[in-house]
Amino acid sequence: MAPSKLPLAVDHIPSEKRHVYDAEPILSGRDLRIQWGHVVGLDGVNLDLYKGEVLAVIGDNGAGKSTLIKCLTGAYQPTAGQIYLDGKEVDFKRPQDAREAGIETVYQQLAVIPALDIASNLYLAREERRPGPLGSVLRMLDKKGMAKRAGDSVRELGIQTIQNMNLAVENLSGGQRQAVAVARAAAFGSKVVVLDEPTAALGVKESGMVLDMIKQLRDNGLGVILISHNMPHVWEAADRIHIQRLGGCAGVITPASHDMGEGVAIMTGAKKLTQDTPA
Amino acid sequence: MTTSTSDAASRFSGRQQSPLQRLQGLLHSYPWVSPLVILIVSFIVFTILNPRFATAGSMGLLFQQTAIVAALAIGQTLVILTAGIDLSVGAIMVLSMMVMAALAKDGGMPGPLAMLIGLALATGAGLLNGLLVTRINLPPFIVTLGTLSIFTAIALLYSGGSSIQASHLPDFLNALGNGFSIGGLRLTWGVLLVIVMYAVVGFILSQTAWGRYVYAVGDDPESARLSGVPSKRVLLQVYTVAGLLYGLAAWALIGRSGAATPNAYPQANLDSITAVVIGGTSLFGGRGRLVGTLIGALIVQSFAFGLSLAGVNQQYRVLATGILVIVAVGIDQWIRKVK
Ligand SMILES: Nc1ncnc2c1ncn2[C@@H]1O[C@H](COP(=O)(O)OP(=O)(O)OP(=O)(O)O)[C@@H](O)[C@H]1O
Ligand SMILES: [Mg+2]
Repeated sequence: MAPSKLPLAVDHIPSEKRHVYDAEPILSGRDLRIQWGHVVGLDGVNLDLYKGEVLAVIGDNGAGKSTLIKCLTGAYQPTAGQIYLDGKEVDFKRPQDAREAGIETVYQQLAVIPALDIASNLYLAREERRPGPLGSVLRMLDKKGMAKRAGDSVRELGIQTIQNMNLAVENLSGGQRQAVAVARAAAFGSKVVVLDEPTAALGVKESGMVLDMIKQLRDNGLGVILISHNMPHVWEAADRIHIQRLGGCAGVITPASHDMGEGVAIMTGAKKLTQDTPA
Repeated sequence: MTTSTSDAASRFSGRQQSPLQRLQGLLHSYPWVSPLVILIVSFIVFTILNPRFATAGSMGLLFQQTAIVAALAIGQTLVILTAGIDLSVGAIMVLSMMVMAALAKDGGMPGPLAMLIGLALATGAGLLNGLLVTRINLPPFIVTLGTLSIFTAIALLYSGGSSIQASHLPDFLNALGNGFSIGGLRLTWGVLLVIVMYAVVGFILSQTAWGRYVYAVGDDPESARLSGVPSKRVLLQVYTVAGLLYGLAAWALIGRSGAATPNAYPQANLDSITAVVIGGTSLFGGRGRLVGTLIGALIVQSFAFGLSLAGVNQQYRVLATGILVIVAVGIDQWIRKVK
C-alpha cells in the first residue's frame, strides 16, 4: 500500500513543473531509522522523490546524508521504517536488489575496483556474455562488446580524456574515477539515479558536464537524488532541496522559496523551518 | 583534471619514463613476467651446472614432482586472490586421500565411487572453511589454522596412523601414476590432469563473470558489494572450489606416491603458498594470474631438483627457496607502487 504524499509547497514550484508533482512519487522513505549501538544515524526520516525531478540533499558533515541514501539503495538495512518504489513497498537486502529494481547509485566512496579496468567496472555484476554457445555454455564474457559500449557511455558524458577502456581504474585520477562511477550510474539507471557528492573531485568543466547529465536524466523522466556540499550547484540543478540535520530532516525547500544563505542557516541550525510551512 | 590526465597519458604513451619505470609498468600489467624470467634463467643455470638437467628424462621427473604442489596451488591462488590464505590445503588433501584409500580397501568400494566420496569430502571441508570465513567473519588465517589441525587429526584417527599400499588399492585409484612417453619424456595421467585443471580454472578466472568477482572481492570487498557483486557468496564458492581441487590433488598423490600415507607431504601448505607468491600473485588480493602460479610451482621444484643434480646440499635448497620468496614479495611491493 502506497503511503500518502508528504506535503508540498506548490506555490514555490514553477507552474510548468507542477505536473511532475501531480503524479505519485517514484521512491519514498517513511520513518527511516538506523542505529549502531548508541550512535543514531537516522532518526525517523521521510522523503519523497518524483519522476522528472532533481531532489538535492544537503547537510553538514555527519548529518546522515550518505546514511539516508544507503538505506534507500540497499547498502544499509534500516532498523525501522518503510521504503516504497513505484508505490509498492520494497525490502532491499543488498545493493544489487536496488539495482535490479532500477535504482543506480554513485556512492561517496565511489565503489570502483582499482585492479579492474574501466569497462569491467562499468559492467561489474551485469556482465554481458558472448552470443551463441561460447556465452551460453562456456559463459564467456563479451569483452570487446562491453569495452565498446563502455567507451560510448563515458564519451556520452563528455569525458574526452578517458580513451582506453582497458586501462585499470587505479591508473586514473580521482576525477576520472568519479567520472567512471557517474557514467556507470547514468548508463544503467532506469528509474532512479542517486549521486553522493558526484562532483567533489571534478574540475569546473567536468562538474558542468555532470550537472548537465543530471538535468538530462531528469528530463528523461528519472528521479535524481543529488547530495552535494556545493550550494551553487544545488541551487542550479535542484527542483527541491531536502535539508538533513543531526540524523533528521530539518525541512524541504526549493531554490525559489529560499536563497542559499537561508538554506545554509537551516542546515546549520541557525534558523528553523517550522513544520506547518513546508516548501 | 587536465594536468593529471596528461600525466596519465604520458605514463601510458611510454614517454618521459626511465627504463626502470617502464619495467615496473610492464610487471604491473603482466605480473607473471618476472617469474617466467626467473624460471628461464634458472633452467639455463642448472643446465650449465649439470647438463643432465635439460634431458627429457629429467623434465618428465620435474613435471611429476611439480604436479601435486601445482595442483594444490590452484586452490591456494583462488583463496589468495580474495586476500585470504589457506593453511589447510595439505590437511584436506591427506584426509581426502586416506578416505579414498580406506573406502576402497576396507570398505571394498569400487575405485570410482571411493574417489568421488573422497572428492566430496574435500569439497565439504573447503565449504566448512568458507562458512567459517563468511558466516562467522573469522579471518581466513585463523579459520584454516584451526581446520589444519582438525583435518590432520581426523585423518590420523581415521587411518589409525598407518599407510595403505598401492597394491591393496583398485587400479582406478592408482591410475594417475601411470603414464606414457613422448620421445623419452615420460608424463603421467596425473600431470595431464593438473594441466587440464590449470586450463579450466585459468579460463574461468580470465573469461567469466565469476572470475572477475574473485578479483573484485579480493581487491575491495566493500566496493564489490556496493557494485552488486554477491561478495559473501563468491567467497564461499572460492573456498568450496578450492576444496574440490585439493581432492583432485589427493587422487593424483595416491598415484604419485604409490600409497596413501597419513603424514604425506608435510610441507604442502608452505610450498603451495610459495608457488603462488613466487608466481606474482599478491598476498593483498585482487592481483595475479593463475599461469604465474604454475610457473612459481615449476621454479620451486626446479630449484630443488636442479640444486640436487648439481650436488648441492639439501639445506642450501631450502635456503634458496626462502630467499626466492622474500625476493618475490619484495618485487610485488615494488610493482604495487605504480600508481
Ligand atoms: N556503518 C556505520 N557504523 C557506525 N556509525 C556510522 C556508520 N555509518 C555512518 N555512521 C555515522 O552516522 C553519522 C552520519 O554519517 P553519514 O556518512 O551519513 O554523514 P554525511 O551526512 O554523509 O556526511 P558527509 O558530508 O561527511 O559525507 C555519522 O555520525 C557517522 O559516524
Ligand atoms: Mg556522506
